[in-house]
Amino acid sequence: MITFRLNTHSGVPPYLQIVQQVKQSLQVGILRPGDKLPTVKEVVAHVAINPNTVFKAYRELEMQGLVEGRTGSGTFVKKRPEGPSPEIHNALGKELDGWVTNAKKAGLDEEEIEALLRIALHKSKEG
Amino acid sequence: MQAVIQTKKLGKRYGSFWALENCDISVPEGSVSALVGPNGAGKSTLLKLLVGLKSASSGEISVLGKEPVQHADFLGDIGYLAQDIPLYKNLDATEHLKMGVNLNKRFDAEFMGKRLKDLQIPLDRPVGKLSGGQRAQVALALALAKKPKLLLLDEPVAALDPLARHDFLSSLSQAVADGGLTVVMSSHLLADLERVSDHIVVLASGRTQLCDDIETVLKEHKILIGPRKDERELGEGLTVIHETHTARQSTLLTRVVKGAKVPSDWQQHEPNIEEIILAYMGQGNEGVVR
Repeated sequence: MITFRLNTHSGVPPYLQIVQQVKQSLQVGILRPGDKLPTVKEVVAHVAINPNTVFKAYRELEMQGLVEGRTGSGTFVKKRPEGPSPEIHNALGKELDGWVTNAKKAGLDEEEIEALLRIALHKSKEG
Repeated sequence: MQAVIQTKKLGKRYGSFWALENCDISVPEGSVSALVGPNGAGKSTLLKLLVGLKSASSGEISVLGKEPVQHADFLGDIGYLAQDIPLYKNLDATEHLKMGVNLNKRFDAEFMGKRLKDLQIPLDRPVGKLSGGQRAQVALALALAKKPKLLLLDEPVAALDPLARHDFLSSLSQAVADGGLTVVMSSHLLADLERVSDHIVVLASGRTQLCDDIETVLKEHKILIGPRKDERELGEGLTVIHETHTARQSTLLTRVVKGAKVPSDWQQHEPNIEEIILAYMGQGNEGVVR
């Protein structure tokens, strides 16, 4: 079972944050096909948000074909989003962890690290 | 979706002072509506009119399809928590529960007992000796045990610490998740409301400034930044709600009706709900905006 975190100052609508967190959990393998998502009531008990927000997020995930609602028993993961396997995600994540540790050791703060990552992404886009 | 609450040009006068004037609101079934506005804007007056504790001086009001009166037939479907969390301080939670059973046609004592037990609230201690958060939970459990269709809350979390507030809003959201409940809740804590609500009513100076579902409100408002512009005319479908100017630049919080075009020399930003609410709250003296 996963839990959700909501950031009200991020500018990302709460329902979209839930959608993104489910997708991320699927990408890295925390959630697998067949797993049950927390019920709407469980989610609102934990994070105190409007239940319709959770309904909307689950509906969106269902529309994307990633989960399915089964009447009376809950919402279940149907498949992973397209893309590289959890192993690849995890391996790359670990590499990045190492890089972040090095950057911090070298004296960069979070803002500078984010800037470097953004620049690198920008460069890769330009090819 | 059907409206649980509908008012038309609703007004309430105390002597020569209009606490509420030309108030038009509509709250859809199943929503959690945030009622916000500066102190003295008429929020408590509106809630009292909705529950029939005060009668309207003008206009129309319909709550669950009826006109509010202090009568069991009407009140049976309504839960109301006044500002100061009114409980009998010398009675304990169990005695409140018994009273709930005796005073209501429909009262789920089992639900209330279980709820208080889950929250680990001592049932045998006078409620005057409980913490503020526990007292609020007892009052909420009492109101919910009636199985109301509409719950009206007047600043329920104002006096609570952040943890008690979270617990209260969590209990409230769970009750909404069970279905069949519409909530109107007044509060000054905009960040809380943004999470828990999906509908908003802004009152200022006794008038409705804004009444809509939050998603629509977010979609229809933009912050426009551009060269200094004094005249308020931007074009068809654009209404300036709030403006600030520097020597060279104007920042306008603007309502953009669907399909309206924003002039291309303006930068567009998405405001959050807090910025929008503040803009409307500052609007009170300029009349109703639609």
